[in-house]
Amino acid sequence: MVYLTRFEHFNAAHKLYNPAWSYEKNEEIFGKCANENWHGHNYELLVTVKGQPSPDTGFVFDVKQLSNIIKDQVIEKIDHRNLNVDVEMMKGKMCSTENLAIAIWNQLVVHLPAGVQLHCIKLYETPRIYVEYFGE
Amino acid sequence: MSKKVAVFRREHFNAAHRLFNPDWDDATNDKVFGKCALPNYHGHNYELEVKLVGRPNKDTGYVMDMKELGDLVKREIHSRFDHKNLNLDTEEFKNLNPTAENIAIVIYKLLRPHIDEKLDMQVRLYETPRNFVEYPA
Repeated sequence: MVYLTRFEHFNAAHKLYNPAWSYEKNEEIFGKCANENWHGHNYELLVTVKGQPSPDTGFVFDVKQLSNIIKDQVIEKIDHRNLNVDVEMMKGKMCSTENLAIAIWNQLVVHLPAGVQLHCIKLYETPRIYVEYFGE
Repeated sequence: MSKKVAVFRREHFNAAHRLFNPDWDDATNDKVFGKCALPNYHGHNYELEVKLVGRPNKDTGYVMDMKELGDLVKREIHSRFDHKNLNLDTEEFKNLNPTAENIAIVIYKLLRPHIDEKLDMQVRLYETPRNFVEYPA
């Protein structure tokens, strides 16, 4: 089994705010991240697939195709957007990095060809904070 | 014999913004600024480097105490811009397009009065890991 990873990047605005809670409780739990008028990040996205290299090409998956799928299914929909307001895959969800990684997994997993398994979504919110999701 | 030395302090903040010229119609803003003009804002992790050049003080060996410089940047820059919407939440960009260029100029102006005038100063601001600006050039 070989693991193949593609790096992509995007940026977006968001806020962490639970509409079921009071303003004060949101401030208490989320602090500055609850700022009413949003803040934002440069996100770095690592998508890892796994499989056996093809005897014909030597590839687990054509990485250019993988990049195109990520761009069409994810980047095009969230880059330079407001995650809370503009992004269909985050509608009704808290816009944490955890939930965004899960949404990106769900968005991509149906577009990979048979024989190519999605292994991990690793998503950096800042150079010092990242999450990993393995579809479990 | 004391020589000139450059010292650097790195800090970071994140913010939402959009690029928009209110004197133009939406079509012109879209043509010039593209996705950066989208109405609901987007955002960045900004990395700021402050460079000071001068001769080390003969008593301390410092060009400037880095702890003092770090505290200054946190007080003047981080507290103003971190986790904010630059267009909506800050005085500095009420009437100024928050491009990386303009943010660097604003940061320079905010810090300069608090830095020893004998030291040369330059700010470098990363908007993304691939886009950065320096002021003064």
